[in-house]
Amino acid sequence: MHIMEGYLPLTWCIIWFIISFIIVAYGIYQIKKIADETPESKSLLAVIGAFMFILSSLKLPSVTGSCSHPCGNGLGAALFGPAVTAVLATIVLIFQALLLAHGGLTTLGANIFSMGIVGPFIAWLVYKGCLKVNISSTIAIFFAAFLGDLLTYVTTSFQLAFAFPTPTFGAALTAFLTIFAVTQIPLAIGEGILTVIIWDRLKVYKPKLLDKLGALAPNET
Amino acid sequence: MKHKVINMKTSTLIILAVICIIIFIAPLIMYNGHGEDDGYFGGSDDAASEQIEATNFEPWFSSIWEPPSGEIESLLFALQAAIGAIIIGYFFGYWRGQGKEE
Repeated sequence: MHIMEGYLPLTWCIIWFIISFIIVAYGIYQIKKIADETPESKSLLAVIGAFMFILSSLKLPSVTGSCSHPCGNGLGAALFGPAVTAVLATIVLIFQALLLAHGGLTTLGANIFSMGIVGPFIAWLVYKGCLKVNISSTIAIFFAAFLGDLLTYVTTSFQLAFAFPTPTFGAALTAFLTIFAVTQIPLAIGEGILTVIIWDRLKVYKPKLLDKLGALAPNET
Repeated sequence: MKHKVINMKTSTLIILAVICIIIFIAPLIMYNGHGEDDGYFGGSDDAASEQIEATNFEPWFSSIWEPPSGEIESLLFALQAAIGAIIIGYFFGYWRGQGKEE
């Protein structure tokens, strides 16, 4: 989902940068609030940030014959919501832009928007929706992680199709979706499973904290 | 408050891990013998960049610093994963040692 450095027209760089900046700023404010209200959740924040660090460094092969990487953004979104996840994604993306020439500073806003905002936002909606109807949090986290990952890549495809609608928007969108979203499906399933495993351990070690954060289904508390 | 959090059995966790491994090994078996030279196992990010270049767009900015070789790049990727793994391992070990929460 990384749009490479310089591969987006300046206008789009600015638009995505402004949108992402607002949400990341709100996320920083939320993290401060969480750290004040429930100081014990700081270690949980570190763990979900670390989870994102690992998953986004793994470039995995897909059945389409090309490679891509998962995002790890569903876990954070389910626990702390999309704005907090946007902050963590920003850290990962800056690391990769500066040290790995993966993504870039000019495209940072666009990349935060896909991996840090839309993906986590969908994951968060799906997760909360599942809990509302009393689906077990373990099943809910699978779908949150799966869709968070997939929608990140769908967002990138839309961003590129908006910027490069040649020959038509539809044709460009299909081309980018084929490159990104189709490749991503098996990876997103894998990410879902990995997130379920981590989630299961978190429920063993930190049931009270998860409950306090409102991250468990009503019948689990 | 009483917690009735239901956790998975170890066997379920192992089955999930195996499914995960199969998902990522399958492509290696399906395209065994193919490689980068005939267009397999390239990155989707690069494929998108080529698609963009096909519209005659000239990238107007390039990375301030790039890993000078594939070796250095894999070093930094490994470092990224290691940092994440240390943090998760540290806290999971710490929590486990603490025993169940009160």
